[in-house]
Amino acid sequence: MAKVPVQFTLNGSEKAEFVESGTTLLNALRDKIGDTSPKGGCHQGTCGACSVIVDGELRLSCLTLAETCNGAAITTTSGLAEGGVLHPLQRAFLDAFATQCGFCTPGMLMAAKVLLDHTPDPSRDDVVEALSGNICRCTGYEPIIQAVLTAARANSQNAA
Amino acid sequence: MALALQSFATVKDASAALKAAGTRYLGGGTLVLRAANEGDVSVSGLVRSTDPALSVITVSGGTIRIGASVTMAAIARHPELGQLAKAARAVGGPAIRNMATVGGNLFAPSPYGDFAVALLALDAMVSTNDGEMPMEAFLAKRGGSRAIVTSVSFTRPAQGSFRFVKVSRVKPKGVSVLSIAAILEQAGDGTISSARIALGCMADRPMRAKTAEKALLGRTLDADGIASALAAAGDGTAPITDPIASAWYRAQVLPVHLGRLLLS
Repeated sequence: MAKVPVQFTLNGSEKAEFVESGTTLLNALRDKIGDTSPKGGCHQGTCGACSVIVDGELRLSCLTLAETCNGAAITTTSGLAEGGVLHPLQRAFLDAFATQCGFCTPGMLMAAKVLLDHTPDPSRDDVVEALSGNICRCTGYEPIIQAVLTAARANSQNAA
Repeated sequence: MALALQSFATVKDASAALKAAGTRYLGGGTLVLRAANEGDVSVSGLVRSTDPALSVITVSGGTIRIGASVTMAAIARHPELGQLAKAARAVGGPAIRNMATVGGNLFAPSPYGDFAVALLALDAMVSTNDGEMPMEAFLAKRGGSRAIVTSVSFTRPAQGSFRFVKVSRVKPKGVSVLSIAAILEQAGDGTISSARIALGCMADRPMRAKTAEKALLGRTLDADGIASALAAAGDGTAPITDPIASAWYRAQVLPVHLGRLLLS
């Protein structure tokens, strides 16, 4: 299989790799680059566990080819914490017990981050809509929704 | 399984490459990569075109043209496509809408393809590198064509004439039990002068409810006026059975949801 060069920015760091043509972004991140924060769940675009942010948009890395992301800026859950300090969303997920087995959590965090980036003061319906592509089989969703709302409130208080 | 991807600057070159056996066109990836991940060994190579024209929305006079690579998210946020936003938002969750394209939705098998249902009601024309044809004709032979869809175009519906509903069991995102799109025009006396109704999940691809359309002509939009249309709503349908709903269930609830849409 032909290998193709792929360059992108991952969580602020330049990455350059050769991948087999047709490799998904999920596999490139996990197997080539070693960022295992995006999870391979259904591989069908249904569960959202593999969600990452590509150029500011939420994308499913299991259905995205790595070579189509050449030159893109990619954010994964690994890039949320800064200097050892958890992102407000991560802190809120911990405080609200919004994670149990944890498999869906990275995708949930990515979906929530895109929401708060565009809508800093979301309604509950906004949060439900933003998380509607992500499946969790443990929490029943309510703690996750509350965590996102809590993080939003913390953000707005910090900004005030 | 890795699939070699070939990217071309023009649709013409992509079309030539697509003639090779086992190749599939890559739009947003939500159908073809899903199939590949599922183990569909009929897919051995992918082809795409990066022509920027494929990602353009043009609103000119009364005509709207949407490039095949335009995503559902782009439609939902476009200021002049407000009437279609509901149908675009009916497709998947936020990540899917950032990826799923108009061109790809035309090929989505039931229970998917909700936006194609809207395009069928809008009487859209489908442009390919081989020419242009009405949506209904395109859908009839979509499996056998190797042409690349480049855009869809349609007349901007009069304000308030376009109606759409997606019925699902999981809110806000869920697979369709069925979807219905309708364009209704009324004469000065309030009677229906023109009706186009498209149904999703009531066959293996979007279809028109032509008997119901005829039954609406000259009638008023009230319970008595739409009764005969509701009675005929299932004519010619062959609903799918899947884990979401049985064919029997879909047939039973179609008139209920069509009635609600018409009276809304």
